[in-house]
Amino acid sequence: MPNAIEITNLSKIYRLGEIGSGTISRDLERWFRMKIRGQEDPFLKIGEINVRNIKGKSDVIYALKDINIEIEQGSALGIIGRNGAGKSTLLKLLSRVTSPTSGRIKIKGRIASLLEIGTGFHPELTGRENIYINGAILGMRKKEITGKLDEIIDFSEVERYIDTPVKRYSSGMYVRLAFAVAAHLDSEILILDEVLAVGDAAFYKKSLGKMSDVSRGGRTILFVSHNLSAISVLCSKSILLDNGTIIESGPTDRVIDVYHKADHVFLNPRRNLEDPLLRNKKISFPESQFKWREISIFNSKAECANNLRFGEPFEVRFSGIATENCEPVLIGLALISERTGYIFTTHQVHNGLPGKLSKGTAEFIVKIPDNYLAPGKYSITIAASGNPNVSDYIVDDAISLTILDIAYDENSQWRSDINSGALLYPCEWQINAH
Amino acid sequence: MAHKEHNKDWDLVIEGHSSLFDVKFKDIWQYRDLLVMFVKRDFVSFYKQTILGPLWFFIQPLFTTIIFTFVFGRLAGISTDGLPQPLFYLAGITAWNYFADCLTKTSTVFRDNANIFGKVYFPRLILPLSIVVSNLVRFGVQMILFLTIMGFYYWQNAVFAPTWTLMMFPVFVLLMAVLGLGLGLIITAMTTKYRDLAFLITFGVQLMMYTATVIYPLSAVPGKFKKIIELNPMTGIIEGFRYSFFGKGEFSAWSIGYSAMMALVVLIFGLLIFNKTEKSFVDTV
Repeated sequence: MPNAIEITNLSKIYRLGEIGSGTISRDLERWFRMKIRGQEDPFLKIGEINVRNIKGKSDVIYALKDINIEIEQGSALGIIGRNGAGKSTLLKLLSRVTSPTSGRIKIKGRIASLLEIGTGFHPELTGRENIYINGAILGMRKKEITGKLDEIIDFSEVERYIDTPVKRYSSGMYVRLAFAVAAHLDSEILILDEVLAVGDAAFYKKSLGKMSDVSRGGRTILFVSHNLSAISVLCSKSILLDNGTIIESGPTDRVIDVYHKADHVFLNPRRNLEDPLLRNKKISFPESQFKWREISIFNSKAECANNLRFGEPFEVRFSGIATENCEPVLIGLALISERTGYIFTTHQVHNGLPGKLSKGTAEFIVKIPDNYLAPGKYSITIAASGNPNVSDYIVDDAISLTILDIAYDENSQWRSDINSGALLYPCEWQINAH
Repeated sequence: MAHKEHNKDWDLVIEGHSSLFDVKFKDIWQYRDLLVMFVKRDFVSFYKQTILGPLWFFIQPLFTTIIFTFVFGRLAGISTDGLPQPLFYLAGITAWNYFADCLTKTSTVFRDNANIFGKVYFPRLILPLSIVVSNLVRFGVQMILFLTIMGFYYWQNAVFAPTWTLMMFPVFVLLMAVLGLGLGLIITAMTTKYRDLAFLITFGVQLMMYTATVIYPLSAVPGKFKKIIELNPMTGIIEGFRYSFFGKGEFSAWSIGYSAMMALVVLIFGLLIFNKTEKSFVDTV
């Protein structure tokens, strides 16, 4: 397959801070040197030197640096990266919203970008009128839109309200209509930025399905999303951006793996519990007697991480310091789902451990070998108590963890539908036919 | 990577630096449907949820004429070349409004549409062009008012007669559109970097109006100021406009030629600076 897009040495520089005094003279100087004397951009050089050596003093930053990508016709490329990694900048350059500082992008075929859906929608106009405006903004001719109008309206499921001004639409209807227009673009190359994250679950699935149809139909897709499961469904290849450079590219699975490892540093899988920001409730334990120190989460490879794959065993380690021998003492841990609330609470004494602490630091390790948590966000609360019936020294939301919608191993029964509960519990079914 | 570098004909090459004169007229033609839709959107959104709807097109010039007649006609007693005062002012206002609307609306294109421009590419010139076109429609509607009033005064036996230069009417309209568009493009491009120009626009347009022959005829200007007033490219156009419809005022090929030259210079400069700004304004706005 020939390439649909070739990107060579693409860089984009942003100037930091106020764009105020001095810019006219700077503009003039730059123009003079480049156009009249044929030199390179003088301020580009300054940026490069400063970024490498005198970090922090430079007032220009690279949003993208020396990006090289080739995308085959008919393939789908996922673009992954933390916030600020340069994903959106790359899409903006591709969709010609802004222009690169240096480098070149070569494109074969008509390109349509959806950095947002519903661009140009006017609240006073009806759904039908907005379909036309939005379609035209995205580059469709009027004839094309008319030809696809029925299909678009059908897909959007807002047929009844198509001649009502969109300001009367619910947000869901608005989004569905906007997506429907976008989904029926006829361009050879489609650029998508997170737009799939719209609508209710049913429409989301429909959108995703439509998008995979699109990519199977021989069109080239570039897709940026934080939804890794959508990327792994849609895209066979991906690139991982960090600080404006590509740090990994290749099969999506491998890139996602690298992303998770690189992610550890940033999502705080370790937390100091003496942080005054935590809502500590200290009731019966005098502060001098017992103090929480630290909590962290470890994944199955014994790496400190709070991004876990679905089904991945993990353990929580937390420590405290007792200034004298404490007895009786109850140490507990509760796991709370962001959506459904408490899932379980567990105590050291229920595991046959003694209900006392001797003076000094103690580390507690809670292992979760069978992880049935559904993809989503969870938090952990820990508590220490001097009385078995009352939890006294509670740290709410001591640490949070995310279960990703990427399966840990082949055996994990993976389902992305996270709306059906906090646990994907491996129940045993039996049907007796009579 | 290099081995794949055949001589393929790419449909689009995006580069950081391109020629200043690279205005994409072909692209604009491709998107002509969008232009029409923007014009339509302008009107529909203007009507909806207003009581008076299209009547608003008449109200503004009508009331301005009444105020001008009172202030400049009755109180100040400025000459109107022997024409009925309301008719004189209405002619000036109708023409001036077209130019001024083109200018002020175009001058905020980047700021008003930063959101759309930041999300999707289409030839940016489509928006200023759609403004000029939708103002043209508005101007057409206001011309109906003007012709009606003119008919009324004709019936009242006011002394005036249209002249052959009426054939130049489309030229006058074009010149006003080009001047307004060109100046608007320059201002909108500059305001993305230098915000203070936005403050200039409201009172700048006002100043320009007082130095053009909207509220007084050129014949009433003392000799030594005449040269200054004639420097305003709108002076020749408005004088020509009045001369065409009433046979009053000073029509000179020189001043129309001067206006046309100014319009062309402003337009070319406007296109260049707009074209340069549109590529990266998203980063600075």
